[in-house]
Formats: sequence, structure tokens, C-alpha cells
Amino acid sequence: MSGERIELGPDEVRHVATLARLGLDDAEVERLAGELQSILGHVATISALPIADVPPTAHSLDVAGALREDVAKPGVTREQALANAPDPSFDGFRVPPIGS
Amino acid sequence: MAAVDVIGLTAERAAAMLREGECSSEELATAYLERIEAFDPALHAYLHVDPEHTLAAARAQDQSGNVGLAGVPIAYKDLLSTKGVPTTAGSKILEGFIPLEDADVVARGNAAGLVSLGKTNLDEFAMGSSTEHSAYGPTRNPWDQTRVPGGSSGGSAAVVAAGLAPWSLGTDTGGSIRQPAAFCGLVGLMPTYGTVSRFGVVAFACSLEQVGPMTLTVRDCALLQQVIAGGSERDATCVGLREPIVLPEPGRLDGVRFGVPWAELEDGVDLGIRERFDASLKLATELGAELVDVELPYARHGLAAYYVIAPAEASANLSRFDGVRYGLRVDAPDLRSMYEATRSAGFGPEVKRRIMIGTYALSAGYHDAYYVQAQRVRTLIRRDFDFAFLGVDAILLPTAPTTAFPMGARMDDPLAMYANDIFTLPVNLAGIPALSIPNGLVEGLPSGLQIIGAAHTENALMRFGAAFEQAIGFDPVPPALRGGAT
Repeated sequence: MSGERIELGPDEVRHVATLARLGLDDAEVERLAGELQSILGHVATISALPIADVPPTAHSLDVAGALREDVAKPGVTREQALANAPDPSFDGFRVPPIGS
Repeated sequence: MAAVDVIGLTAERAAAMLREGECSSEELATAYLERIEAFDPALHAYLHVDPEHTLAAARAQDQSGNVGLAGVPIAYKDLLSTKGVPTTAGSKILEGFIPLEDADVVARGNAAGLVSLGKTNLDEFAMGSSTEHSAYGPTRNPWDQTRVPGGSSGGSAAVVAAGLAPWSLGTDTGGSIRQPAAFCGLVGLMPTYGTVSRFGVVAFACSLEQVGPMTLTVRDCALLQQVIAGGSERDATCVGLREPIVLPEPGRLDGVRFGVPWAELEDGVDLGIRERFDASLKLATELGAELVDVELPYARHGLAAYYVIAPAEASANLSRFDGVRYGLRVDAPDLRSMYEATRSAGFGPEVKRRIMIGTYALSAGYHDAYYVQAQRVRTLIRRDFDFAFLGVDAILLPTAPTTAFPMGARMDDPLAMYANDIFTLPVNLAGIPALSIPNGLVEGLPSGLQIIGAAHTENALMRFGAAFEQAIGFDPVPPALRGGAT
């Protein structure tokens, strides 16, 4: 695959991983830097296309969304909502403290 | 209990046998469960099978009288939520997750009386083209167990090809129904975007994906599409069908105009695939169709646009897996490091790769250059198709540029893996339907013919598909399974 050269160093990979809340070890950072350079280099083949005046398409539906009547219906119970939680506590989801 | 021979059995025929009392749903389910027990350990096409649950559902159908499709078994891709039944999306981060509700397509299957045989393997979160990216291990192709079944709906393809289910549901975000259907000698339909509810489908890229049938015949494909298509008040993007799906009859193709985008076939198509494709063009003309040159100049940029848009949507969708409400949690002293440790342990390499690409493409300074530019290319691809369909009834392309590749062959080269979807993903970007049907063998392996239509032309595509199907005369049973062998 031909493509443009994209520079993407370990620091930038770590920054993107932080944005994505992904913990990566050094080996993953090194591997991903190479892979992302190659993939983004191919992706960048469209960046030079002279199409600035073309409207972007977010989805392909040619009609507005299908909306239902706004009426209240039974939802899940608290017990059901907590059934898959890794650490349910009384009536909520327990998480570690925010900030270290 | 008489053993039912289910090798090569279509769902249409199974339904007729049930209605005419030739067998019971319980006998049918038993026959499939016995085959699953015998052959699935080698293929690894199912992630979850619960014989007691399946047999109870089959007996319930027998008791209520088998009308229509009631009592016919089915397999569901494990991306589809099943109430009370584990749903993993092929990921460790959802190991042990038990959905509270059925996906709409599963609820529709239940309402039609279909009996679930189990949940099928897939690339993690449907990200892949070989099913090798499943966190639970790869699936093997029933035609050649050294090769991949395609992906991401590789398990759903393998179970039908191997006679471990009469039909199945897959999902298609960039080719994930059509390419495995082609690799395993099946019929697969990517429906028009918005005709099938996505409620209860574990989300990967919402603007691109649809649920669709994977079957032995075009008529089975139409029968299953009748079950799953239609509007839903639980999916605001699901507008339903413009006309009912009709069962196609094979016939001639007099007066039909097929577009052939010759420029797209110049590079990267295996010789054997090209020969089978050219043979299908000759068949089309013998059946009375006319071939018309069409151009899709932006389709070649589909791969690049797709690998911005799909990862961007995925990076947003997968942010919900945070170790708080469901799935895996890896403990850590504070919230942020819990998120990072959980997601690091729970996601596999391909999912991490796509989250990283998507997060990068959406981040400050790159959003316009990558994401908006890719959306402009999407507009142009849609316009290419719109323009082509002014002059033709459908467009023909190979489904994939190769047959099933050897296991491991593309795992170290993400771009080579992505490139296998070159003919399928422009269809998802445009939101239009495409049918893949078996197009004969290349060196003993199935190949696929893709018939692409304008939005809401599924009936025409299946009528064309039925004509090709009869003329091609493909036997969807792999040679090793023929002759009533068990």
C-alpha cells in the first residue's frame, strides 16, 4: 500500500492512549507507533483530494429518524441494572476514588 | 427417534418437513446438536451452545404446532444480545455478560418460532475479516480447515457451511456478512441501511452496520429477511421496508442492465476470482441481461475513508466499556487507572488499534483533515453509486478479491487484512444493499459474486441472485461432507 509518510512518535501514541483511556506498555506503544504510521499513511491518501466544497455525509439515511410516541413504559429494575456490574454496592455501582 | 439428515438441508425444506410432520422440531434440533458435538471442537464456530435450552425451545414449538417457519433452528452471531444467554461480542471485556433483553432481530426470530442453536464466533466487536481476532480463538473454514472462514461473521458462516445450523444471522459493517459468505460458499445479504433494527446489536460503527441473513440459498435469504426486516421503535435509524420482501423464483434476466466497474478490477484481484467473475458475466448475457460499463471513481478511496469513519465511531462506541456497569474490571487505586487497566486487559490488539486510529482521527487538530475529509469522500462514493444506478439495475463485482486465505497469513499486516474488504466496504459507506452468492470454486475454494443495488432494491437483487444461482448450479456442501456422511 502506498501512502504518505506520517510521523507518529511514542509520546504522541501515549497522548492518544491517554485520551482513549487505554493503558499501554512500552512494547505496545512501540508496535502501535509503527502500525498507526502505516495505516494513517494510507488513510492520508484522501487528504490531498480537492473536495473541500463537498458536503460531508454522517450517515446514509435519506429520511429523518423514526421517532416513537413519548410515553412512559416500564424500564429495568435496579436489581436488573446492577446484575452485570463487577462491583455493585447496595443500590449503585461502586468505583475507586477519583484522583490519586 | 429417527435421525434427520441435515447436511445441505435448507431452512425452506426444514420448515416444509416440520409442517408436513416428517420430523419434529426436537428431532431437527437434536440432529444439529449431535453434529455440533461431533464437529464443532475442530471448527470452533460456536462460542455458546446450551442443548437443554435449545431442546426445550424446540419442544415448545412442537407443542404449539409448527406453522410457517416455527420450529426451524437458527444460529446467532455473538454480537446480538440474547436475553439471559451470555453475549460476548468475541471480547474478554464482555466475558460473562448476560443481556437483560433480546436484540430486536432475535425477538423477531423468537416471534417467528425459530429455535436458537447457539451463539457464533466472530472477530472481537466485529473488527476483522478472518475471525482470527476473536478473543476466544479462531474459527476454521469447513472447506479447508487450514484456512480462515472470513469475518467478522466467520462463525455464522462456518456453522451453515458445515451443516451445524440451517441458516444464521451475521452483521455487516464493511463486508462482515458478504465476505465470509463468499469464503464459505453461502448466500449473504447486506440489507439497505435502516431496514433492520440494530437495537441490541453490540455497537461497532452505527452509521455503517446492519444485521443480515447467511443461508444456503437465495430463497432462504429472502425468508430470513422477511423475519428480521421492519421498523422498530427501539432504533431511531430503523425506518423499515418500502415494500414487502418476496420469495424469488429463478428465471431469465431479459432486459436487466448490469453495470460492471471495470477500472476497479484492474489491480489486486486474484486470477481465479477474475475468471469466475468473467464467467458469471457471460452467464448474465446468456440469460438475456445487458452489460454496461460504469465508473465508480471514488470507490477506490473507500478503504481510506472507511478506516477513518469506522474506527472513529468505534472509539466513541467502545468508551462505554469502563469496568463500571458490566463486564471486566481490573482493580486499581484510582478511577482513571482502573479505566486504563480494565480496557488494556479487556481489549485485544485489533480493537486497541482501531480505538487508537479513531481517537487520533477525532482529536484536536486532526478532526477536519481526517474525519470530515473521510465524510466528504463518503458523499462522493454515494454520488458515484447514485449516478451509476440511473443507467443500470444493479452493479456486479467479486465479493472479495481472493478466496479464503491461510490462517495466520494476514495477522501481521493490518493493511493487507483491511484490503480484503475493498469491494464490500463502499457499499456500507453508501448504505445500499448487496447480495453475495456462491460463484463456483477456485482451486477447490468457494468464490463470491456480489450484486449491488440502489437503496431498497432487495427484491430485485434476490431475483437476479436466484437466476444466477440456478444457472451456476453451485453445491454448497463441502466435498468432505457429501454423500450423507456424518
